[in-house]
Amino acid sequence: MNTMVPAAVNVAALKDTTLLNMGIFALFVAVTMVIVFRASRNNKTAADYYAAGRSFTGSQNGTAIAGDYLSAASFLGITGAIAINGYDGFLYSIGFLVAWLVALLLVAELLRNTGKFTMADVLSFRLRQRPVRIAAALSTLAVCFFYLLAQMAGAGSLISLLLGISDWGGQALVIIVVGALMIMYVLIGGMKGTTWVQIIKAILLIAGAGVMTAMVLAIYGFNLSSLLGSAAEAANNPAILNPGLQYGKTETSKLDFMSLGLALVLGTAALPHVLMRFYTVPTAKEARKSVVWAIWLIGLFYLFTLVLGYGAAALVGAETIKSAPGGVNSAAPLLAFHLGGPLLLGFISAVAFATILAVVAGLTITAAASFAHDIYANVISKGKADATTEVKVARRTVVVIGVLAILGGIFANGQNVAFLVALAFAVAASANLPTIVYSLFWKKFTTQGAVWSMYGGLAAAILLITFSPVVSGAKTSMIPGANFALFPLSNPGIVSIPLAFFLGWLGTVLDKRREDPAKQAEMEVRSLTGVGAEKAVDH
Amino acid sequence: MGNEAQNQDATASVDFREVQQTERFKTLRKRHRSFVFPMAVVFLLWYFAYVLLADYAVGFMSIKVWGNINVGLILGLLQFVTTFGITAWYVSYSNRKLDPIAAEIRNEIEGHEFDKDGNVISGGVK
Repeated sequence: MNTMVPAAVNVAALKDTTLLNMGIFALFVAVTMVIVFRASRNNKTAADYYAAGRSFTGSQNGTAIAGDYLSAASFLGITGAIAINGYDGFLYSIGFLVAWLVALLLVAELLRNTGKFTMADVLSFRLRQRPVRIAAALSTLAVCFFYLLAQMAGAGSLISLLLGISDWGGQALVIIVVGALMIMYVLIGGMKGTTWVQIIKAILLIAGAGVMTAMVLAIYGFNLSSLLGSAAEAANNPAILNPGLQYGKTETSKLDFMSLGLALVLGTAALPHVLMRFYTVPTAKEARKSVVWAIWLIGLFYLFTLVLGYGAAALVGAETIKSAPGGVNSAAPLLAFHLGGPLLLGFISAVAFATILAVVAGLTITAAASFAHDIYANVISKGKADATTEVKVARRTVVVIGVLAILGGIFANGQNVAFLVALAFAVAASANLPTIVYSLFWKKFTTQGAVWSMYGGLAAAILLITFSPVVSGAKTSMIPGANFALFPLSNPGIVSIPLAFFLGWLGTVLDKRREDPAKQAEMEVRSLTGVGAEKAVDH
Repeated sequence: MGNEAQNQDATASVDFREVQQTERFKTLRKRHRSFVFPMAVVFLLWYFAYVLLADYAVGFMSIKVWGNINVGLILGLLQFVTTFGITAWYVSYSNRKLDPIAAEIRNEIEGHEFDKDGNVISGGVK
């Protein structure tokens, strides 16, 4: 089979490019650090630190959203998934893209109009503050944690490929360096610095992927059909072009695929770090523009990954990818090396690395804001803390989360990142989406409904993951030796999402307390008209 | 600098239940919901139809239409097209039907309390 694979990619030769890769990456870090320092000079208030003074335009924020969303999972994970599993990898892209319509139509503008810094601001608007805020903050932290794990795992596999470090200690060291850099960005730059890092990274990533796509297509005379043919030939398996290679094996795996599809499409609009981005623009109209920009950029990028994935299958070959250090996640860097030698590999790797850094920074500031604003300021000190103390707490939280992410990343090292991200989507869709939708659109929704739905959805998603083949009972599990996989599916969405919607309804109809109708009226009027929405900060 | 406290004060005197009952607000809510709800149902059904086909109708999805390009790939790319299309449609609908009426209501409520810079100048504050 190996004779079919072009021999141009010599994995051992990659080591020689280490210095170049590191040089390009160091340049990126240096440039972004300067920008972060400059951006941070105006960080005075909580609105500055959490929401960048609400001063970004829709197109800037849309690019930053694309930067946040096109994580290492999208780039490395999806390209790898298409290269190995063909069409089934493409399905990730479609779910990730279509999901944006939920955010555009149902969530973005209404959320911008009613909230201040966090998701919990919106959810607790017309319900009882304390219980709803705590629940929303806990689910925010849980989703951020899963997402962080995925990114840090991606950092590990990327580095093992680039530096040829295959020993555990060396990779752990690299994860620590990534984590420490990210903590610096967020501590110094706050949301403004983080947003600029996202914007730069998004442009580099989309441009880099675009160049690679053009190069791949050029090899096949800009004929998609012959690229696909060549991929099928290299894989020695025409089924790579059809659905079902990964998920079509058994009835269970088909159901697992439905579950994944549900989690992907409903998860995006419930991701706390995406929701928080809508507060960085001055108005709801700019929030809408942000989503529109994000949809175009993200859609374009996923079209690129389709070409890149099949390109990697055709030009690099599944066997080479699988046996490279970093496994499936190394498809995109190996393809870059094949197309443009060490220089393109260095550029793409630095971009992928920057991607991880930027996404981790975005997640960290979201988690820190949620802890400081929701739990510390509104629950522990009952709204009496001043903004300076709140931001101080947020900065300390950044350090704690950074350390947790580093530790988690060291242990999650080696998992497929697209897959780990899908779990974060499932948790977000289960714990957050029902309450977001109900509180924006259902007049009678009550505190009990919100609390039942959020805790129920969160607990169901996490328990089902714990007892799934992801954690134990299979060769690819996190704990391969043990077997307590009582739940057959890898993705919990198909059970936990409907359950959370049901619990939200049940908790509400069984609730004897009624919520304040004046608050409901205020939220509805504000969400649709933007009356009294948080304004941009003048400097 | 931040003006969060001012925003709260500025809207504290507004009777939102009254606003909620006005014909104009009801029209806005109806226009918003009559677009976003059916559209959400349509794109979710179309997406799940696609996922089900990919899952359970592999034979159909594998039919080659042109060269190596099969039904599955075409339907997948159509998901991109419809996503872009719905996005553009919603933006144009909002600009024409939602934004003007929302701005009217907003200006009416805030007009008394805000100058152009969004600062509280008079009235409304308890």
